[in-house]
Amino acid sequence: MAMLEIAGFEKRFTIHHLNKVMPAIKDIHFSLETGEFIGIVGKSGSGKSTILKSIYRTYLPDHGKMMYDSSAFGVVDLAHITERQMLHLRKYEIGYVSQFLNVMPRTTCRQLVTNALLEMGSTEDVAGEEAEKALAHFEIDPKLWDSYPNTFSGGEKLRLNIAMATVKQPRLLLLDEPTASLDQQSKMKVREIIEKLKLNGTTLVGIFHDIEFMEGLCDKVYDMQTRKMAVGEKVGVGAES
Amino acid sequence: MHEEPILKVRNLRKQFGSGCSHCANLDSNRLEKNYCTVCGTVYAVRDVSLDLYPGEILGIVGESGSGKSTLMQCLYFDTDVASGEAYIQTPALTGTNVFELSSQQKRSIRNHDYGMVYQNPVHGLKMNFSSVGNIAEKLIAAGNRNVGEMEATSKRLLGNVHIPLHRMKEEPRNFSGGMQQRVQIAKALSNNPPILFLDEVTTGLDLSVQANVLDLIKKIQRELGISMIVVSHDLAVIRMLADRTIVMLNGEIIEQGLTDQVLEDPQHAYTQQLVYSLL
Ligand SMILES: Nc1ncnc2c1ncn2[C@@H]1O[C@H](COP(=O)(O)OP(=O)(O)OP(=O)(O)O)[C@@H](O)[C@H]1O
Ligand SMILES: Nc1ncnc2c1ncn2[C@@H]1O[C@H](COP(=O)(O)OP(=O)(O)OP(=O)(O)O)[C@@H](O)[C@H]1O
Ligand SMILES: [Mg+2]
Ligand SMILES: [Mg+2]
Ligand SMILES: [Zn+2]
Repeated sequence: MAMLEIAGFEKRFTIHHLNKVMPAIKDIHFSLETGEFIGIVGKSGSGKSTILKSIYRTYLPDHGKMMYDSSAFGVVDLAHITERQMLHLRKYEIGYVSQFLNVMPRTTCRQLVTNALLEMGSTEDVAGEEAEKALAHFEIDPKLWDSYPNTFSGGEKLRLNIAMATVKQPRLLLLDEPTASLDQQSKMKVREIIEKLKLNGTTLVGIFHDIEFMEGLCDKVYDMQTRKMAVGEKVGVGAES
Repeated sequence: MHEEPILKVRNLRKQFGSGCSHCANLDSNRLEKNYCTVCGTVYAVRDVSLDLYPGEILGIVGESGSGKSTLMQCLYFDTDVASGEAYIQTPALTGTNVFELSSQQKRSIRNHDYGMVYQNPVHGLKMNFSSVGNIAEKLIAAGNRNVGEMEATSKRLLGNVHIPLHRMKEEPRNFSGGMQQRVQIAKALSNNPPILFLDEVTTGLDLSVQANVLDLIKKIQRELGISMIVVSHDLAVIRMLADRTIVMLNGEIIEQGLTDQVLEDPQHAYTQQLVYSLL
């Protein structure tokens, strides 16, 4: 059984005040096994983010199946589980990282990462310790740990975002261009942590603009243009759509 | 994971006025919003069903007049419902529609199982009692008798919501809006209720005070695991607090979902308008 299998997925947006239905994507089929990392490539507007947001239920899927092999409920269709089940999976199993930081205001950087662990049931001590490790790994300056992230630079926000999602060691991690505004060194940090998560068995779906980053990291690449999965070392080629 | 809601509401209706032949059939679109232009009856809450789960914050958002406060007041037994059911998940009340209980039993639920923070602090506080006295009143209602203990509890609760020690004996009518709301929150929490209703707790407060009260609510949820219904016409408040959100319009639920989904992929025309006006 695959960890995640998307079949016949389709999403439209109805914009009432324009009296318009906008088809965003359709006919999406792909699947991935436990511990695999698949990259999604395609033109701007081709629907890459829409797929990830629909898996996470930030968007309501219209059609198709999204079968996920959860540890809490067994195999479930993410398109149809209850809101409470989805919240449970978000808390314990499925992580989502985008280039935007969307957090409780007036909560310190340290507290945000700590809370991510506390809500999973870690003790205060363990959570505090793991949070510091994660912040240090992503080279967030210790001077910033006890300040509010609204004043952080784009790159700092992003690294915090990734730290919050990865400390939880999710089973399935969705990455929507998490390296978009990072310098080369920070990108390498992200790469390192992705490799580590993979070793620990995390399954990943990622969207990345720069193909170089994916090189040697992805097991498969799904091309939005051809609707085909490329497998193996030469991933990244054929992504010039 | 099979979980039971801690509060289950089914088909709740509340109207002001007795209706007429023009509006009695509620299926018809004969109302102007929630109002019958012939007899003047207001259908404030129409067929509302919802589930509140243990430890969650459920948001209710909707424009002015959509019935949010009326719904809270019905749940808190401040006013009688026209029809409907509500079930609380406690051993003593399993399977009992609490709207059908005697007023004494309802009072007991208010004293032991519910906390309420009103939109208008005048409804939640005795403005001419001291702040400590306000909390003691609720503690007495919940069965406390030890004066020293009650004073200590009151002070601890007021301290938790950052009311300075030297002002605790003051009457809340001297306080700012934000302080009054914080005293209300302390009072609502004094009986350790498993269920808390919060009606527009931050409305009318300036931004920094608002942030303060929101922090406090989040902290209460994290540390005490209390289930809350948070009502606001402000989507920003709902976004910060609620895991799941219900959207009301003209007394009805028109949409519900995970909060980020309601905000990023709103389905109903009214919700889209509400969300786009926020952006
Ligand atoms: N919330 C929304 N409401 C309406 N339309 C949307 C919404 N989100 C996405 N769309 C539309 O769906 C289509 C796919 O968008 P999506 O963001 O998934 O593309 P993408 O492949 O991630 O693009 P990019 O590479 O620029 O991030 C676009 O036409 C977009 O305008
Ligand atoms: N005692 C009453 N008598 C008659 N009509 C009432 C009464 N109380 C409320 N209403 C009406 O019921 C409807 C719902 O009012 P309610 O106060 O519940 O709205 P709300 O959603 O809380 O609005 P707001 O955001 O302004 O607080 C309104 O049309 C209101 O005028
Ligand atoms: Mg995108
Ligand atoms: Mg109101
Ligand atoms: Zn009428």
